[in-house]
Amino acid sequence: MKPRKFDLVRAESTAEALAALSESGGNAKIFAGGQSLMAMMNLRLADPDVMVDISQVTELSYLKEVGDKLEIGAAATQVELLSWPGLAEKLPLLHQAIPHLGHFQTRNRGTICGSLAHSDPSSELPLCLATLEGEVVLRSVRGERVLSAADFQLGMMTTAREDDELIVAARYPFKKPGEGFAFTEVAQRRGDFAITAVAAVASGDVTRLGVGGVADKPTAKNWTNLSDDNLDEELNAFAWELGGSDDIHATAKYRRELVRRLGRRVIEEAKACRS
Amino acid sequence: MNEVYKPEKFVGKPIERVEDEALLRGVARYADDYPARLDTRHAAILRSPHAHAEIVSIDVSEALAQPGVVCVITGDDLLEYVDPFLNIVKAPMKLWPLAVERVRYVGEAVVLVVAMDRYIAEDAVDLIQVEYKLLKPAVKPEFAASEEAPVIHTECDSNVLSDREFTYGDPDKAFEECDQKVEIEIDFPRSSITPMENFVVMADYHPAENVYDVLSNFQGPFTVHPVMCRALRVKNTGLRLRTPANTGGGFGIKVAIFPYIVLMAIASRIAGKPVKWVEDRLEHLSSATAAPNRIVKIEAAAMKDGKVTAFRLDQLDDYGAFLRAPMPGPLYRMHGVTTGSYEIPNLYVRNRLVMTNKSPSGMVRGFGGPQMYFGIERVMHRVAIELGLDPLDVIEKNLISANAFPYHAAAGGVFDSGNYQAVVALAKKEGKLKELMERRDKARAEGKLYGIGYTAVTEPTHSNMGYITTILTKEERAKRSPTMGTNSNATVSVDPFGGVSCSTEVPPMGQGHATLMAQIVAEQLGLQPTEISCNMELDTQKDKWSIAAGNYSARFTSGPAVAVQMAAKMMRQKLAEIAAPNLNIPVEEVEFGNNLIFARDNPDNFLKFYRVAGTAHWSPASLPDGMAGGLSESAVWTPRELTAPDEQDRINTSLVYGFNFDFCGVEIDRDTGEVKIDHYVTAHDAGTILNPLIAHGQILGSYSHGVSEALYEEFVYGDDGSFKSGTFADYLVPSATEVPEPMVLHVETPSPLTPLGAKGLADGNCMSTPVCIANAVSDALDNIKDIQLPLFPSRVSELIHGDEPPPPERLSQAAEETPAKTSSGKSSAITGTGQSMVPADPQTVWDTLLDPIKLAVVIPGCHGLDEVAENDYRAEITLGAGPVRGKFLAHVKLSDLNEPKSVTLAGGLDGPLGSSQGEGRVRLEAVEGGTQVSYEYSVEISGKVAAVGSRLIEGGARVVVNQFFSRLIKQIETPGSVTAGEAGTPSLFQRILQWLGIN
Amino acid sequence: MPKLNQDSLQKIDFTLNGVAETGTAEPRMLLSDFLRNVMGVTGCHVGCEHGVCGACTVQIDGKAQRSCLTLAVQVAGRKVDTVESLAGRENPLTDLQQAFKTHHGLQCGYCTPGILMSTSEFLDRNPNPTEEEVRDMLSGHLCRCTGYAGIVNAIMATIEERQGKAAAE
Repeated sequence: MKPRKFDLVRAESTAEALAALSESGGNAKIFAGGQSLMAMMNLRLADPDVMVDISQVTELSYLKEVGDKLEIGAAATQVELLSWPGLAEKLPLLHQAIPHLGHFQTRNRGTICGSLAHSDPSSELPLCLATLEGEVVLRSVRGERVLSAADFQLGMMTTAREDDELIVAARYPFKKPGEGFAFTEVAQRRGDFAITAVAAVASGDVTRLGVGGVADKPTAKNWTNLSDDNLDEELNAFAWELGGSDDIHATAKYRRELVRRLGRRVIEEAKACRS
Repeated sequence: MNEVYKPEKFVGKPIERVEDEALLRGVARYADDYPARLDTRHAAILRSPHAHAEIVSIDVSEALAQPGVVCVITGDDLLEYVDPFLNIVKAPMKLWPLAVERVRYVGEAVVLVVAMDRYIAEDAVDLIQVEYKLLKPAVKPEFAASEEAPVIHTECDSNVLSDREFTYGDPDKAFEECDQKVEIEIDFPRSSITPMENFVVMADYHPAENVYDVLSNFQGPFTVHPVMCRALRVKNTGLRLRTPANTGGGFGIKVAIFPYIVLMAIASRIAGKPVKWVEDRLEHLSSATAAPNRIVKIEAAAMKDGKVTAFRLDQLDDYGAFLRAPMPGPLYRMHGVTTGSYEIPNLYVRNRLVMTNKSPSGMVRGFGGPQMYFGIERVMHRVAIELGLDPLDVIEKNLISANAFPYHAAAGGVFDSGNYQAVVALAKKEGKLKELMERRDKARAEGKLYGIGYTAVTEPTHSNMGYITTILTKEERAKRSPTMGTNSNATVSVDPFGGVSCSTEVPPMGQGHATLMAQIVAEQLGLQPTEISCNMELDTQKDKWSIAAGNYSARFTSGPAVAVQMAAKMMRQKLAEIAAPNLNIPVEEVEFGNNLIFARDNPDNFLKFYRVAGTAHWSPASLPDGMAGGLSESAVWTPRELTAPDEQDRINTSLVYGFNFDFCGVEIDRDTGEVKIDHYVTAHDAGTILNPLIAHGQILGSYSHGVSEALYEEFVYGDDGSFKSGTFADYLVPSATEVPEPMVLHVETPSPLTPLGAKGLADGNCMSTPVCIANAVSDALDNIKDIQLPLFPSRVSELIHGDEPPPPERLSQAAEETPAKTSSGKSSAITGTGQSMVPADPQTVWDTLLDPIKLAVVIPGCHGLDEVAENDYRAEITLGAGPVRGKFLAHVKLSDLNEPKSVTLAGGLDGPLGSSQGEGRVRLEAVEGGTQVSYEYSVEISGKVAAVGSRLIEGGARVVVNQFFSRLIKQIETPGSVTAGEAGTPSLFQRILQWLGIN
Repeated sequence: MPKLNQDSLQKIDFTLNGVAETGTAEPRMLLSDFLRNVMGVTGCHVGCEHGVCGACTVQIDGKAQRSCLTLAVQVAGRKVDTVESLAGRENPLTDLQQAFKTHHGLQCGYCTPGILMSTSEFLDRNPNPTEEEVRDMLSGHLCRCTGYAGIVNAIMATIEERQGKAAAE
């Protein structure tokens, strides 16, 4: 389990990283923490000609409040987000979700944007992005564009990022007054990719539920005036819309079961903690 | 020294381990840490992606041309140097270190590359082309044992290599006379214990002496050493096997390294250089070994009061693709214990061992016990349920009574000692069973799912080498020289300055053997344990070892430890004899302590220990008459109780028999099906405990393996034999958040059969804990009968919830129209159906799909498509989804052509990421606005991508299918807009057809 | 911008266990292989090479990380600490190491160096964790011998002892 050969660009600025992507003809991979990509490299599942290391790009290593969102630079690590002082108050959903994300040791190195780029359907950060209706900032030598989570996340480990683009930042919207949040998941072991993860946002008469691990990408749905009476029916419909697949650890049916049952749990919890 | 001296006791004390200092500093030496000669080369192995296939051709030319590659070795290249490994039943199967002619499991070694370093060796592995012709696999044991199954070894008549029946007492009569016949069927899964350190072999052939010199973290049993020597065509002296000072866990797994020892030995000979191979985790999980999965049908004859009078067992044990020494141990080492901890005089057993297209089974901690006790203890639970009794009452009613020892079990086990009732009583009291039952009542009153399980397990330790011959009939046994018993070797030496060293024949796997040895020797010689030097390395060319040597069957405390004590006592006696004349006292009055040798009744009359030791070295001529000079005492311990199977096939499979009784309370989350162990109590009687700290650690480790087996670990194979548990993300080893600490209790009933009174205790919880948890889960779920391990939340949820609510009407209709719907899971085939609209008439679509040039353009990543025969295509393509990408050789055959309406495509992909085989049917139908393309496909994926990406394969397949269609549509709408050979975006229509890997 | 050719040997100057060191590696060489096979630091153990088992965990600039998911060239100019840094070859064991010994927190010892490197950083950052938090931190490590109880007990005892000392001061 050793990686194949590749040329390595140790970028010192965003511009250098973008230039490297642009010159590589489509087979370059960005990495910062490498917590997903390096494992795939070692398994020889991924085979880029060029690796572009942005872990030293200090201008991408930041967390900053931009309007009503937290903007997270491409090189910012998960542990930096976890220790961001405003997390519990301003981003309660992330505050609840991040402890489920990998482990102490992988959060030390893994980045938020790396997780979004990898776009594992069971991963917590893409689910929170979808649920909170956050956005990503993509930049290439051709220019910059901002995509909503829904436009960015396309499918199984597949995003709208073009080969020459770098996710320079992700933006997670802050809690608004009156909103309540809840997150839970079932993973077989602590830190594993979730079999199913659910995230709920409740605000006034609007309820939003995001689900990871069932469909090919994290998927969220809104309801207005969702009452306890029709909650089960709505969750069942949503579960069936998401579908799900069998794998060696869990059936599609079980995943739908979790949407129905944990969905109810987090929706009730999110409603209860609206403030 | 005026006070009366009391000899210092170390045996039985919780002494800190002497091993830990080096381990904690990071300076302990494991196999991969040993210096290698400067010209050492490094090996990597190409492994089979198929469960069953003929090897048509192997092309290594590109690999050989790679700079840095030393040599490339195939199975055929080995034939000049090796013979096949022998097996106990003398089945004519040919087990070679590399596949010859055929592959029989995913992960089987096919080609070995030797290169300057491992990176280059792996690069070269990717360049080897092997053409396979697929054969039908036999994956499930029941199928493999049937007439319809393909025979995996054509030299054999069937996949069932042994089918033996045993009858003890009169089981038929007991079943006739019983009040209730209770039966249950078990499908015990395949798992391992995956030590954190993988296999390591460093081999160097010395042509001058014709000796293969190997360093490896092999754990024994050394009965396998002659198996390797026979294969290498040398006597035992021709294979110098050295084992390192430390090994990163064994658990039985590290016997399975032996084919690689032979492989690297030959590779070193061919390469003319030392060759080193360090197994990686992917190799380990797919190919190293596993405990056999087992199908068990068990019946109990029970009386109304819960007394069980007979068992009938039908056991079908799955040994994978080869019967590899020391197999089929798991089926027979438990044989003498087949009635468990119970006084059951009547027994019928049928044992079959079957070959399947899975990795070969081997030794795994518990060694047959987990499988056997799962059946026995589940059926005892069922006896209680079906008779309306309390499960614990039924256990207690049947336990062997304390005055029955030595107890002669029906199948021949002679249980040396024990007081099972005392253990159960202790557990109930100290483990607070009453409170636990109240806790269950309370939880249930609150609507929770809560259950309690019990298990009683007799743990055989210190195996009789003769047990394996129980598989032979008495007539077959009569034709060969008998095998019975074991030897254990140890040596204690004292140097001219009083330095004491001790060695034995057990490669250390982490159980603290050096500490136990130091305790025993220090106590005999009046020194401190930290003063005893225990070099745990073993060298078959220089050290004393027996054929029974090795680290297995929890034999240390009743085997090598006894030999250590014997050698230490011999040393003590010799030193006393040297000292006595100088102290002017009789030898019997000599005492040892505080680094002194002195008169027991007058400690002021003493000699320094090192002075006495020095005498034997510096002044041998002064020694008492007849005494040899020097100070090195070796002992061999040979217990006589271990005899060969008798005429009635009774076999005392082990020397000593410990016992443990467990109970636990589990709570199941009704929403998620997650099983939480709320309270776990395990009470043991393993005779005298030599070091409570170490004993406790062994039980905790064994218990954690039991928890793993119950809830997490399984090697999953698809119906096509593809292996699906290739990484630690797929094969779930629990972490600190998943293994709660149990309460551990002890009763000590010394064994009368060993001088130390100790029995092993390291396997008991591997046997008891899985079924204890299963019984508790059954109790929580209304005594549900069928409990399939591991109890994944998904499985438990199924037991709780059964059918799910149907989809709303609108969705069930819409489902017909979704672009791609797939399902796989444990069944290996990914099947899918879907539809897509293409804005062109059917003929145009047809022409694009059927024209190799146009198709090559549409297929992303296609580097050229050749029509090798009519409607038979070959292509080189690069496929992927997300970050995953790989090169494949694709072949597709078209058939059932009905232009322009439908076509069937069949074919496959082969590449370093794996292989796929599939078939698809595409239909074109003119509709308003173009053509409706409908497709259905079924694809089986094997090899790396199946092993490591099973969670993501289906979604990946959908990505590829969708991308193919978007590309097709784009090309038809705007010809030329799609660039041929474009990589990155997956492809093809083959996908449609086949499946692709992805992943 | 330095683009390192795949075949080039890169010079890596870094601080290893407190000492300035230099080694060379191709861009693709993993830090775990570099530490073991180039620098001779064999206390860094390799268990899975895909980031799950934690055996190869070392500290880079004081943070516990998987050396199998790190390229050797990435530590140029950085500070790398392995288990060998804790007590060195001859100094007394640290309190944490000693607690592992006292509480039988290790058997084969293969996973232990990684666990020690995670734990020592974790306790620096979070001196008063609950047992649940300790177990959560440990969830990034797989151990097959101990069943974890000895490890957890060793860490909890270390915390208690440190707090006792802090209170006494």
